[in-house]
Amino acid sequence: MSDERAIRVRMPHHLRTISGVEGEVIVRVEAGAGGAVTQRSILDALEAAHPALVGTIRDQASGRRRPFIRFFACRRDLSHDAPDAPVPEEVARGDEPFLVVGAIAGG
Amino acid sequence: MSTIRVLVGTRKGAFILTSDGARERWRVDGPHFAGWEMYHLKGSPVDPDRIYASQSTGWHGQMMQRSDDGGRTWAPVGNTFAYEGEAGTHQWYDGTPHPWEFKRVWHVEPALDDPDTVYAGVEDAALFRTTDGGKTWKELPGLRTHGTGSQWQPGAGGLGLHTILIDPTDPKRMYVAISAAGAFRTEDGGTTWTPINRGLRSEYIPDPTAEVGHCVHRIALHPARPGVLFMQKHWDVMRSDDAGNSWREVSGNLPSDFGFPIDVHAHEPETIYVVPIKSDSEHFPPEGKLRVYRSRSGGDEWEALTEGLPQQDCYVNILRDAMAVDLLDPCGVYFGTTGGQVYMSPDGGDRWRPIVRDLPAVLSVEVQTLRA
Repeated sequence: MSDERAIRVRMPHHLRTISGVEGEVIVRVEAGAGGAVTQRSILDALEAAHPALVGTIRDQASGRRRPFIRFFACRRDLSHDAPDAPVPEEVARGDEPFLVVGAIAGG
Repeated sequence: MSTIRVLVGTRKGAFILTSDGARERWRVDGPHFAGWEMYHLKGSPVDPDRIYASQSTGWHGQMMQRSDDGGRTWAPVGNTFAYEGEAGTHQWYDGTPHPWEFKRVWHVEPALDDPDTVYAGVEDAALFRTTDGGKTWKELPGLRTHGTGSQWQPGAGGLGLHTILIDPTDPKRMYVAISAAGAFRTEDGGTTWTPINRGLRSEYIPDPTAEVGHCVHRIALHPARPGVLFMQKHWDVMRSDDAGNSWREVSGNLPSDFGFPIDVHAHEPETIYVVPIKSDSEHFPPEGKLRVYRSRSGGDEWEALTEGLPQQDCYVNILRDAMAVDLLDPCGVYFGTTGGQVYMSPDGGDRWRPIVRDLPAVLSVEVQTLRA
């Protein structure tokens, strides 16, 4: 049975510009076992909806988070969580956004 | 009446400067891609309204952009630059092996005969090509794997392939230059490559006359004589009369033979331009005087061009891709500085004036001469 979730994503200025969106983006993510939603499933859905983002958040060759990008949610830093670890339930429910943030350095 | 369009890449966006053929009144459009590093923009010689641009930031990596209307509107195209096969290692700054990693596109060179074909020089050094207008990019791996790649090492700005010259009389012959590896030539459209560094001498490598390892900053040619090459090296201005098989120094009476750009007059194949920089550790003009030097004899004898350029307290740099010429007569010469000025001369260098003074640091300047 399908368990599609509407995930709220907030991106930094440059990524909103190149994907042509304002404010938050809603991406549709198929939840895994037990309703889990992961960083990978969110970013895969985000890139599928906005192909210009491919390579701007995750390195294309390694698939890893780019060094000057961080992921926050629910006042926590998720940057160093495994890509397939579940994000907080509040994000999976759509109560809280998943934040893609440019580090202070990097520009 | 002709129109001149100057494509300026800066540290924080792209700007497009346009004028009629008088080159007196300029319109400034931009910033395009505000906040992004724009290493290079260049238009197709076949379809000048088709412009390709390299866009990057430390946050988000590499994007590629394409315009089909002369830079008014843009759309992102493919940004996947994957090395063919096992990428292997080059030398790191300390001489240890370091894996090849894609970082950014330094230079885009549209083909002379097809607006959908473009070459891209990237860091870590490799040559890529698209034949579908930028949707997909494929490496020409013969350059990186021809045998000397493991000896290449990054210059201060990285291991970048920054110069791509296509021979207009034989498009299968191309020249590229890499910091710090040297110059290379292909005769078969990029499948096989030969180092062409004989005659170069670089004291900063263990063997000063080695086959590779030279920090070539820029090469230029005149389309009417594509076998004659001019080079600004880390130190030394060089010349080859045999398509790079051998080089001789033509620094002559320059106040410093360190510098980055070199370019050739549009109508005089023996008239060349450089901007001397004090040294490798002091990247600004000698004596605080911004002087373009012109040789009308293909090197050795140089004259300082100063009229309209600051002759005191000037400490900007002029980067390797930041000089270009137009095709009008008299030939216009253009360059951009790290201080954000774009200067132009409407008379081959005799007199200079700024088009703009306060852009972000200029990374690249290209000029399009559009015929009405």
